Amino acid sequence: MKLNWRSQPAGRTAVIASWITAVAAALYATVGHAEWALNFQEPVTTIGHVQYQLHMLILWICVAIFVVVFGVMFYSLYAHRKSKGFVPSNFSHSTKAEVIWTIIPIVILVGMAIPSTAALIEMEDTTESDMTVKVTGYQWKWQYEYLDHDVDFYSTLSTPRSQIEGSAPKGEHYLLEVDKHVVLPVNKKVRILLTAADVLHAWWVPAFGAKKDAIPGFVNEIWVYIEEPGTYRGQCAELCGKDHAYMPIVVDAVSQEEFDAWVAENRTTSESG
Amino acid sequence: MTATTADHHDDHHPTGITRWLFTTNHKDIGTLYLWFSFVMFIIGGLMALIIRTELFVPGLQVVTPHFFNQMTTVHALVMIFGAAMPAFVGLANWQIPLMIGAPDMALPRLNNWSFWLLPPAATLLIASLFVPGGAPAGGWTIYPPLSIQGGMGVDFGILALHMMGISSIMGSINIIATIMNMRAPGMALLKMPMFVWTWLITGFLLVTAIPVLAGAITMLLTDRHFGTHFFDPAGGGDPVMFQHIFWFFGHPEVYILILPAFGVVSQIIPTFARKPLFGYVSMVFATATIAFLSYIVWAHHMFTVGMPLTGELYFMYATMLIAIPTGVKIFNWLGTMWRGSMTFETPMLYAVGMVFLFSIGGFSGLMLAIVPADFQYHDTYFVVAHFHYVIFGGTILGALAAVYYWLPKWTGHMYDERLGKWHFWLTVIGMNITFFPQHFLGLAGMPRRIPDYALQFTEFNMISTVGAFLLGFSQILLLVNVLRTIKGGEKASDRVWEGSEGLEWTVPSPAPYHTFATPPQVK
Repeated sequence: MKLNWRSQPAGRTAVIASWITAVAAALYATVGHAEWALNFQEPVTTIGHVQYQLHMLILWICVAIFVVVFGVMFYSLYAHRKSKGFVPSNFSHSTKAEVIWTIIPIVILVGMAIPSTAALIEMEDTTESDMTVKVTGYQWKWQYEYLDHDVDFYSTLSTPRSQIEGSAPKGEHYLLEVDKHVVLPVNKKVRILLTAADVLHAWWVPAFGAKKDAIPGFVNEIWVYIEEPGTYRGQCAELCGKDHAYMPIVVDAVSQEEFDAWVAENRTTSESG
Repeated sequence: MTATTADHHDDHHPTGITRWLFTTNHKDIGTLYLWFSFVMFIIGGLMALIIRTELFVPGLQVVTPHFFNQMTTVHALVMIFGAAMPAFVGLANWQIPLMIGAPDMALPRLNNWSFWLLPPAATLLIASLFVPGGAPAGGWTIYPPLSIQGGMGVDFGILALHMMGISSIMGSINIIATIMNMRAPGMALLKMPMFVWTWLITGFLLVTAIPVLAGAITMLLTDRHFGTHFFDPAGGGDPVMFQHIFWFFGHPEVYILILPAFGVVSQIIPTFARKPLFGYVSMVFATATIAFLSYIVWAHHMFTVGMPLTGELYFMYATMLIAIPTGVKIFNWLGTMWRGSMTFETPMLYAVGMVFLFSIGGFSGLMLAIVPADFQYHDTYFVVAHFHYVIFGGTILGALAAVYYWLPKWTGHMYDERLGKWHFWLTVIGMNITFFPQHFLGLAGMPRRIPDYALQFTEFNMISTVGAFLLGFSQILLLVNVLRTIKGGEKASDRVWEGSEGLEWTVPSPAPYHTFATPPQVK
């Protein structure tokens, strides 16, 4: 791929990723956005894909171990019962068995740690970004400052009180709708700086696969490279007081042209930064 | 003083309220702890039902968001410090002297004080709900700066935690002193029953972890009232430092809750498999290893806080390591069952259920250790599902297994087996209906600690709420069964179970008020 970030740490991850994609693809089919969703929302960023594949890999390894271990247990529960006249043995240790069941988990864990390390190195690399947005959490709204574009606004919940209190029917995007959407260009590496003005918050859009705390006095960073245009919704993920459930995040991912037009329209006309 | 009354010591059996207020008898204090724990379990459970009722459908129906936050916070504090920890201290009080052949705990008056600090502490915690501003509402982790904002209820909570902490420290000093000094002749350390071993290790975790919590909440208190800025960035403080200190206590705390339950299961499975515990020595070392690792993995609770890459990698690897000794324990239990001659009385059902359900929590814990994936799981219902499988599926099922296992020894009567089995199945089914769907909710993107949620999460929340009510009301069966067993029932033999081994089964059922006045000889 033409993305420069991908060429550095990949290599081994790419190989692992490719075969887990096969397993993952089978599961994609069952992943819905709406009701009865069992799994991650479909990832739309580069790191979101890596994260999803890693999640599925670990999940299936756990499921496999679970089936084997508890298959043995349930066989034993079935077969080695007094009511079946089973006479108890008297063994109480076996060095061979104990060595084997210590070594095998170590090997499996190393197998898990390798792709995890590669993915983490990739996710934490915020260098060479194309643009930066600074996000500040408040009780209970988000502020977005486009540091390269002179755009600055607050974004608050737009779901009417009547829907929350039940006097009006709930809309399709109940609690996941805001007065002013964040607009980001697709196919650009966007660095997001996170901080807070009062208490802890956490900025999280599930489809982006990135979540980090917004902490007063600290600036944290994440990055997203959105591959598909669309509207993506998330919310604050760190308890921040009574309206913690009511400070959602809505991101419109658009083409560069549309983004430029949006910037031109929303530029703050104050002094140049 | 003691010399003059020593002759009549065996008959000394005070009655009425003073028996319970002034008692220094390990059995009475054990009973007090267990009833206290049950009352807290019901109170915390009712709070959980308020939470689940609000979450049955989207929108705000029964409570305000602020009260909802008080419920999630106090539910957790009541369940951890009021229900789970005292349950196992109660079991330790009853069983450790009986299992090591000691006449009582090493420090009986301290024992009395350890218990009697708990009711005032619990009262203070519950009373915080009724003061202006309400109870602590910043989550049981009481992270600043949010916890700085709260009203005087937060101070009530801090003082309650201090009292419960002092109680725990004194209780564990007592347990350590008893185990180290009062074992019957011939009972070498590596001959101790696993329950005693797990409690010895837990005792050391408690005396080292609780003071760390005390430090953190004291700094919080002075930040709130005395102008310090330990955690306030505006004054040069650091809110993240609180999280590091809190979880330096908090992660060992998780093992404080689970290790004694491991001990219980290690007693019960050999009894009902009629076969000695597999790999006793490796069990002891696995427990000690888990305890050691618990002190060096704390920051895996805060992967989204913005640590350096190397820090994240270290805490990921260290956390993954815990799977190895934990796996050893699970495999040893399977090895104990293997080619045994098993029967499934209620304690065995609970023990097997514990191994199975705790393991589900263990697997989700392993997933949570994987940092890149944890960025998605963190602070979602996936975490809520994870720790309820560990704490309910592990700790609480372990405590219930212990109660059914030793109840005949305590009361002299057999409990109602049919009722016990009903209680087991309803509890386990209720628990799974409640918590399994929460995995899906978390993965699909539902944050924890929210009173209201987007529409796509409705179905699984409804199922979870139905399960919670089933789980909650099933506990009536436990109460009925225990009360009926205390009153009467089939006479229990000294040994109670066909396959039971150990000193506690050599004394009569019910265990007399004073046991092992003359130490038994362990071969």
